[in-house]
Order: sequence, then C-alpha cells, then structure tokens
Amino acid sequence: MNRDNDKGKVLIRRSLIMAGCKVFVLLLIIFRLYYLQVYQADKFKMLADENRISTRILIPQRGIIYDRNHKVLATNVQNFQALIVAEQTPNVQETLDAFKRIMPLSAEEEQRIKQDLKRNRSFVPIKVKDNLSWEEVSEIQLNAADLPGIIIDESLNRYYPMGEKTAQVVGYVAAVSEQDRKDDPLLEVPGFKIGKSGIEKYLEHDLRGEGGILKLEVNAYGRVMNEIEETDGVHGKNIVLTLDSRLQEAAYEAFGEESGAAVLLDVHNGEILAFVSTPSFDPNAFSQGLSVTEWNALLEDERHPLTNKVIQGQYSPGSVFKPLVAIAGLESGAIKPDTRFFCAGKMFVGDHPFHCWRRGGHGYLNVVEALKHSCDIYFYETAQKTGIDKIAEVARRFGLGSRVNIGLENEKAGLIPDKEWKLKRFGEPWQVGESLIAGIGQGYVLVTPLQLAMMTARIANGGYAVTPTFFPVPQGKSFEKINVDKKYLDLVKEGMYEVVNGTGGTAWASQFVYKGQRMSGKTGSVQVRRISLKERQSGIIKQKDLPWKYRDHAIFVAYAPADNPKYALAVLAEHGGGGAAVAAPIASKILKTTLELDPSAKKTSFSEQEM
Amino acid sequence: MYKPYETTFKSQKLTIKEKLMNISFCYVLFICVLAAIGITMLYSAANGHWRPWALNQLVRFGAGLGIMLFFAMVDIRILLRYAYVFYFFTLFLLIVVEISGHVGMGAQRWINLGFFKLQPSELMKVALVLALARYFHTRSLQSIESLGGILPGLLLALVPAGLVIVQPDLGTGLMLLFTATAIFFVVGVQLWKFGVVAVGAIIFMPIAWAFLRDYQKDRVLTFLDPERDPLGAGYHIIQSKIALGSGGVFGKGFLKGTQSHLNFLPEKHTDFIFTMLSEEWGMIGAVFVILLNFCIVAYGYSFALKSSSYFGKVVAIGLTTNYFLYVSINTAMVLGLIPVVGIPLPLISYGGTVMLSIMASFGILLSVYINRNIQVGKE
Repeated sequence: MNRDNDKGKVLIRRSLIMAGCKVFVLLLIIFRLYYLQVYQADKFKMLADENRISTRILIPQRGIIYDRNHKVLATNVQNFQALIVAEQTPNVQETLDAFKRIMPLSAEEEQRIKQDLKRNRSFVPIKVKDNLSWEEVSEIQLNAADLPGIIIDESLNRYYPMGEKTAQVVGYVAAVSEQDRKDDPLLEVPGFKIGKSGIEKYLEHDLRGEGGILKLEVNAYGRVMNEIEETDGVHGKNIVLTLDSRLQEAAYEAFGEESGAAVLLDVHNGEILAFVSTPSFDPNAFSQGLSVTEWNALLEDERHPLTNKVIQGQYSPGSVFKPLVAIAGLESGAIKPDTRFFCAGKMFVGDHPFHCWRRGGHGYLNVVEALKHSCDIYFYETAQKTGIDKIAEVARRFGLGSRVNIGLENEKAGLIPDKEWKLKRFGEPWQVGESLIAGIGQGYVLVTPLQLAMMTARIANGGYAVTPTFFPVPQGKSFEKINVDKKYLDLVKEGMYEVVNGTGGTAWASQFVYKGQRMSGKTGSVQVRRISLKERQSGIIKQKDLPWKYRDHAIFVAYAPADNPKYALAVLAEHGGGGAAVAAPIASKILKTTLELDPSAKKTSFSEQEM
Repeated sequence: MYKPYETTFKSQKLTIKEKLMNISFCYVLFICVLAAIGITMLYSAANGHWRPWALNQLVRFGAGLGIMLFFAMVDIRILLRYAYVFYFFTLFLLIVVEISGHVGMGAQRWINLGFFKLQPSELMKVALVLALARYFHTRSLQSIESLGGILPGLLLALVPAGLVIVQPDLGTGLMLLFTATAIFFVVGVQLWKFGVVAVGAIIFMPIAWAFLRDYQKDRVLTFLDPERDPLGAGYHIIQSKIALGSGGVFGKGFLKGTQSHLNFLPEKHTDFIFTMLSEEWGMIGAVFVILLNFCIVAYGYSFALKSSSYFGKVVAIGLTTNYFLYVSINTAMVLGLIPVVGIPLPLISYGGTVMLSIMASFGILLSVYINRNIQVGKE
C-alpha cells in the first residue's frame, strides 16, 4: 500500500515535470512566432512581395526619325508575334512541336528559342515567330487548345520607308547582344532592339525612351492574377535630320550600279542634304533579323555594302586636291595669280621623271588654266615650291586630315602628311618627290568623301568653317573664317568654273544650266595600282579594259550655283574609271535635281517642327 | 481471482444524466472554438468557399462530437477491461494494412470501409495509451523500476511503432514512440534508463539512417539546410516561413493571405494550415490558437490530477501528451524548427481520421474526468 502511494506520488511528480516541459515547448513556439512575425516580418513581407509581384517592363515607342521636310525615315509598324511562356505549358517541346505542325520553324529558329528559354526565367515570354500575318495569327488562335503556353503579342517593328537608300545614315536596330552594356533594364527585355548603326545608334538614348513598368500579381505557377499598377513609359524623342529624302533618293539612284559615295552639303551651314554610300543594304531586313547566309553575302560582297564609304572609305583625293595646293601656293607666294608654268608632259626632279596625265603636255598655263585642265606639271611645280608643310596646313584648314565627328560609327580621319609625320611614321626625312606626288593628291594623302564635301563647301562659301552635320543648324549661326584671302579663293573658284563650263574643261561634258545657274567643280581620278615603266612605254591600258577592282577611283567635287554657291557636293565612284567620265555626270545629276528642288530655300520650317 | 474492472469499494454507478452534468463544458468549448477556427480557415483555403473542405470538415466535426460524447459516456472500468482487446484488435488491423500494402501498389495506410477510410495507425495512438495505462495500472512501482517489469510495456509500444514506421509513416511511428516514452517517464521509469536508450539511439543513428527511405532522408537534410533545394523539398519550409513572417503581428486579414491564396504555400489546407492562419491573422491569431491548445492540454492535466484511479491518470496524461505532440510537432514543423513530417494540426487541418481519433481521445479524457471519483481496483 505504501509503495502504491509512492507510485501515485511518482506519477504526479513526473507528470508535473513533463507539464513544465510542455509549457517550455509552447513558449518556444510562441517565441519563434515572435521571431518570424515581428522581428523578421519586414524581410518576409519583402520576400512575399517578391513571390507574388512580377514586374514587367513595357517597351516604349521608339522615336521617329524624319527628314528635313518631315518625311518619315524610320518609324514603328505593328508586328504580331507568337510568344511562348515556358511555365504555362506542361511540356515546352510538345508545344513547339504542335506549333511546327501549324507553321514551319527552321532548325536555327528552334535553336534560338531553346537558348532564350534557357537564358530566361520560366515566366518570361520568348519569341517563337514574329511578323505574323493575320491569317497566321488566326490559325494560331484557332489551335490555341493544342498550344498551351503560346500567346500572341502585338509589338512594334522598326520600319525604314526609304530602305537601303538611307540605310547608311539612319542605320538599323537589332536585338541586344551579349556584348551590349546592360545599363538599362529595358535591354534585358527579350525582343527589345537597340540601334546598332547610324543615327539609330548615335541617338540611341534619345530615341529609346523610358520603359514603363507593369506590376502584376502572379500566383505560384506564374499565372497573372491581378494588375497591381502600371507606370507609363516615356516615348522616345522624335528626331529631325537635315537630309532631304528626295535628294537622297536622287543621289542614290544617280549611282546606278556604281559603288561609291556622295555627300551633299548646304555650304552656308554644313547641313547634310544627301548622304549616300552604294551599294547599300536593306535595314528592314536587319531589324527583322537576318539569316546567316544573308549576313555572309553582305560581308563577302567586294563592293562592301556594309561599309559607309562616305566616312569609312579613305581615298587619295587625286586632282580634287589641286585647288588646295593652288591656295597653298598663292598664300606662300610660291606662285602668283599670273604665274605660268610650262607643261611638257613630264618633268624631272633629280633623275626621277614625273608625268602629266596628258602625255603631250599642256604648254604654258596659269593657275586657273591648270585647274581647268587639271595639269599635273603645274601642281608639281607649285607643290615643290610651296613645300609639304604649307600644303598640309592649308589642307587642314579646309577640314582634311581629321575626323568631322558627325556621329556615325567608324569615321575615318584621313591623312594629311607633313615632314614631322613622315619622320615619326617612317623615321625618314621627307623627300621633295613626295611633295610633288602630294601636289596632285596622291601618295600619302588620304581623305574621306565627307571631308571632300566639307572642303568644297569651305571653298564655295568664301572660307567659312562649316562642318557637316545631320542636325538642323539654327538660323543665323555664324561660322569662323578659315583665313583665306578672297582673291585666292576667287581664282580657285574661277578655275573650278572653267573645269565644268569652260571649253575644254575636264568636266565640260557634264555642265548644265538650270534657270541660269551652273555648277563648278573639280575632277579627280585616283590610281589604285601603280603604273609601271613598262606599261607606260607599251601604252597605258584603258580603264574599261581593266578588271573592276584595278580601275581608278573617280572623284568629282562640285558646288552650285557657280556664281552664288548654295550646295557643295562630293562624289566618289570606286573603281569608276575617270572622274570626268563617271563621277562628274553623277554629280551633275544630283546638283541639277538639288537646284530644281532648292531645299534650303524652305529652311524656316525647321523652327516649327518638333525635335 | 484478479478482476481489475471491479471496484475495490462499493459499486459505483453513474447515471447518464449524472455523467452529462459532469462533462467539462469549458473543455468542450475550447475544442469547439478550435474546430470553428479550423473550419473558417478551410473556408479561406478554398478562396472563400465551403467546398471542397470546410463543409466536409464541419460534418466530420459533428460526427466527431458524437464519438466524443459516446466515449465520454463509457465507464472507465469498461475502458480498462477492454484496453488490451482494443489494442490487439488495432494491432491486427495494422498487420492487415501492412500485408495488403505489400500486395497492393505502394504504401497503404488505411482500410477502406466503404464510407470511411480507416487508418489503424491513428487508432493505435489511442489504443497504445489505453494498453500501457492498463499495464502500468496493474504494476507496482517496484515492478515498474525493474527491467522485467517494463519489458512487456516496451513491447506493447515497439511492435506497433515498428509496424507503422515500415508502412512507411515515420511521423506517426515516432509519435507512438514519443507518447509511449512520455508514459514510461510519468509512471516512474528511472531516468538513467532513458539515458541508456538515448545513447543507444545516437549510436544506432547511422544504421537507422541507412534504413530511411530517400524521401525521408531528403526531409531531414532539407530541414538542416532548406536552401539546398529551394524549388524542391526545401520549398515547403521556405514558403511557410515567408507566409508566416509576412503575416506580421496583425496578419493580412481573412481571405487575404497572398502566399496561401496564390498557392506559394503548399498543403495549405492540411499540414500547413497553421501557416495560413498565421499569415491571415498574424501573430495574434497564432498565439490565440496556441493558447487554446495550451488550455486543452492544461485541462487534460487537471483531469489526470483529479482522477482517483491510476489508470485514469495515466490515460489522461497519455492522451493529452499525444494531443500535445500533434500540436507541437505540427507548429514546430511549419515554423521551421524541426524537419517536415506529415503531422497535421488536430481540429484545424483537413482530415477525417485524425479528427475522429482525436475526438475519441477527447471523449476518453472526458470519461476520465466524469469517472474521476470511481475507484478502479487492481488486486
């Protein structure tokens, strides 16, 4: 009985101990609740929001690019695309297979889709196919039951109405690549495109705008339950360029099959009215995505459609350099306005012969006649007496030898050599013969067509330092002078007038008269290969008998109207043959159209146009 | 002749009316409030619909109340008399399940009675307590403290626990073991014996580990490091903590728990219902539920103290401990304090068998209380 009592006492004692333990456990649980729900509540609230809120970035409308007359050069057009959302389908592969039964997908496309799917979280929609027609859209919607995870999305595609004609200026947009800096969350939105070239690239930040934000409540499976809030994005800025699409078109078409470049400037402010590099490429194909074969074809074309020859092509200026040599000679006193040299077809420096392009020689000529006939001997003499450093100094004043920085990628600076450069570059002193070669724009001298146009504009406008630009220049903006005596400029201009309008001028065949207005210009033909002594003796091969890539580059710089210049133009036809034969007719066509349309006369409309 | 079901003193017999008058109404109230909270949460879990869970649960609770009342009316001496019969019958069912489970596909834990799927392992929780209570009721303290005295008791516990673990249902098996351990503890088995078993368990842990199923290993590993598989096994714990924590002090409001309603929280109507409750009603709601459960446990203890029979005391403590284990294991699990084991929160989680077995055990507890003055003989 005693033990029984003990048994009961043990039971009570032990159960009270256990009750204590239970109280302790419950307190522990309450403390844990406090820890999670009070102490760490903020952290978990944030995590819960991260769980439930899916933020989507809304692509803003890209800015529209206009020409000077408000004609559209780049705009956005509606594009239907099929997207796949991985998490909304039980099996991505099955959905894609079902999709392929409706419309074919190439192996390349499927590869890309899978790569995109791998790179992105499962709720991110991935493009399956875009540029769908209405029929295709309805076909997909009809088969929606077999296509879980496929959604139709309406987006905007970039469209370039002028196509290849403006491709080298406006550029194109394309998908963001891995190398692009991810400085904007927009860049991570699949399917977002950024400017990859031209103005599209240069003004990417203005054109892009700011993405809107759409906050959605999603459940654990990624299904959208609610729209929480939508912050509107900001449209990209519209841009007005100085191009005149009519002239752009005329210039592009004037080239026909020729590969080359043309730039047309307003001589008073440097506004670029036309900017053409041929052949070109279709920027619409780029913004829709180019296949590897198409891309390779562009890369391998010997006429380099992807190269912007206006700024990326560096050429010897040839005879179009002669006006500057003349000015340098006049400024240095090496020649006087009435200085005459005798051209016998060739001359010697030491025992090295220098040839005039006309084997029989020109006889006695002054500077104007020398320009008119593009006599090489005259400019050998002038260059020899002037010296390279003075020529270089003048050339630089006219804008050669350094980048214009018009904003397009890979612009080249060209090269204006001088004694110091030669020593630095080759470690050898300058040779007199090299001055002679430079005097006719060959040798080390390299220019871009854009620089030539700027040079011509500076001659034509009486020596004002205008710089080519794609953006409207405010009216009344004053330009610095480049300190060239008007007398000398007038002489050069007279020579250039004679080139086109004087009987026997090298571009005599390309002259025109439009309402009493004429053009002035200067031809240039640039050897691409060295003419050997043997060939000189046996007779120089005719240009048209040479393979294309060995023919001379044809250059022509011009301005019009001759008596009161408004427009300056540089035309380069790669391997076109002679400047007079190929480049001058192109220039003539462009300038004539320009005078007919006279775009700068309507300049006042800019201030009313929004930027 | 030994007749344990006969009273030592005068024959005591309570009328039904007396019994009904003696029911602890406070106790029943706590139970009803908890069940009501549970049904409310199930209503919320279905996004504000009575179906598919809340209505079912209400019906089951009604049935559970009937069962509770039935057991409350049973004389404690009857419970004592049939304790072993009940125990062995349940053990038989467990074996049947085990065998049919091998015959059928995969693990099977229940017997289909047509209208009801009976889980013998749930019944065993009650049966084991009754059997052990009867066993120790008849033992002297000397016998309890001797090795031979506790061996039959150990067998009573280990055989069903082993059967349940191999089902495999580790959670329920462990609960049987814990309940049995608690009973061994309160009846006065020396502490050093527990020490020996604990040391033995630690030594045999690596061996036991080898016997665990892969998903069980996974659960333990995931508990130790939830981040190791955030979308797989660790997902439950992480999402549960996010739901709980984001509820804050006052909660997000009824029907407004984002984590649960957007389905980030798995099993929100069963094992993780406490998480959902804490998300919607905050710490205040959670603590309220804990306190209600504390009251139920405390009343269970008071029943034990008031009972004049050793059998009644052990039954009350055993069943209360069983209930407490449910509550504490479930809450500790959803709070990320212990690994995820499939233990529901009784009265609140959706589930029929647990509801009925728990209500039965409440009925027995009430019976202990009603029969507190009945002398139960043993020798």
